[in-house]
Amino acid sequence: MNTELSVSLWRGAQDGHYETYRVPQRASQTVLDVVTFVQRHIDPTLSYRFACRVGVCGSCAMTVNGKPRWTCRTHVAKVAGDGTLEIGPLENLPVIKDLAADMAPFFDKWQHAKGAFAPTQTRHEPIAPIKPDTTARKAADAAIECINCGVCYAACDTVRWNADYLGPAALTRAWTLVNDERDGGNSARLQAIAGAGGCHACHSHQSCQELCPQALNPTAAIAALKRRTVAAYLKGEIAV
Amino acid sequence: MSTQLIKHRGSPLWVAAMLHRISGLALAIFLPPHFLALGLALEGEARLDSFLRWSEQPLVKVSEIGLVFLFTVHLLGGLRILVIENFAWRDGQKQLATLAAALSAIVAFAFLVRVF
Amino acid sequence: MNVRLYLWQRATAVVMAPLVVAHIAVIFYATRHGLSAADILARTHGSVAWAAFYGVFVLAVSIHASIGVRNILNEWLPLNERRIDACAVFFGLVLATLGLRAVAAVVLS
Repeated sequence: MNTELSVSLWRGAQDGHYETYRVPQRASQTVLDVVTFVQRHIDPTLSYRFACRVGVCGSCAMTVNGKPRWTCRTHVAKVAGDGTLEIGPLENLPVIKDLAADMAPFFDKWQHAKGAFAPTQTRHEPIAPIKPDTTARKAADAAIECINCGVCYAACDTVRWNADYLGPAALTRAWTLVNDERDGGNSARLQAIAGAGGCHACHSHQSCQELCPQALNPTAAIAALKRRTVAAYLKGEIAV
Repeated sequence: MSTQLIKHRGSPLWVAAMLHRISGLALAIFLPPHFLALGLALEGEARLDSFLRWSEQPLVKVSEIGLVFLFTVHLLGGLRILVIENFAWRDGQKQLATLAAALSAIVAFAFLVRVF
Repeated sequence: MNVRLYLWQRATAVVMAPLVVAHIAVIFYATRHGLSAADILARTHGSVAWAAFYGVFVLAVSIHASIGVRNILNEWLPLNERRIDACAVFFGLVLATLGLRAVAAVVLS
């Protein structure tokens, strides 16, 4: 393969610009390979994030030709049909530098959604037997494999338009905990996700569900949370 | 900051959501004039009648076809959302969204045929 | 949007779904038969049924549309929350007032 790719990379912070580089195209090349090539052979000042490079950690998520994706799992042949690539940091997050976005707001919203396990027992009690085939456990298991890559958050237009919105990942994690029979924090959790930026802000655009690299379905989890919070509200368990 | 239109916005589901929002906004803007027109009956049926005759103009009829489409698409899109939010998840979401838009177009076309 | 507004918006949507279908049928009927103002008013005048149908419709849409407009203002315009709430409430009141006036116009006049 003798062809060259024309690759535009975001350089700078929130204010910045796209710079274009020429990168040799190779067989089975991934977008992460392309970014790595630029940093190693053309411009060592390029900042980007990656870790496993085999599609299990989610660290390499970037905006590739307008879509948030894992760059290590995106084959150049699939997305750069005309030999051009435009790569930027994940959307809806502050830019630290170049292709690295600041994930802090994403994790802050995780906390605001009470996406943390609230224990009800100590190490001195026997281990809780959780049956894997109960409805609640199946619901939790279907949503539990989130590795916080931020793709859904970057894809969501409601996140883009509504600064309060907790986002698909935080709400999906809240849903797994709502279904965890060992967890004792549901009262506070349902209250946390029933307010201004909570699950009801979701308009079911479904970009999250379509783009999640783990094939999770935040739209469905959020719809279930809507039902759960309405029931709690009608019973007087939460207030607005 | 992507200079490209974000690609996933071409998805039928995103388009459906946008159509739902725009149709709702258009209907919301349409309602006050609609209510004012009906209120002309307070001034006597001749007044309402002259308005109805004005609305026979082709341009107004074309707008009415548009309104029927927006009304139907907002209804069907809304039903789709109510199903997502109140029943177990069903796959085939893109197909449902496309179906809702297609049915609305058919209803609007039926209106066009009756009116012209 | 919060759970309370969500509930009101979805509940009014459910109430209105059959009313919308009926209204579309009315639109088709009226245009098919080329009804004049006299024809329409003859059918609606003094009718408790039409008053109830459109009365409920107007109240439901006033709530539903004002919450919808509130969402759009919140997401697409950089206004502060109190101003947005005020606009939404105002719009809801405009719809309810003009709408009930229209119902009165076709039922009572």
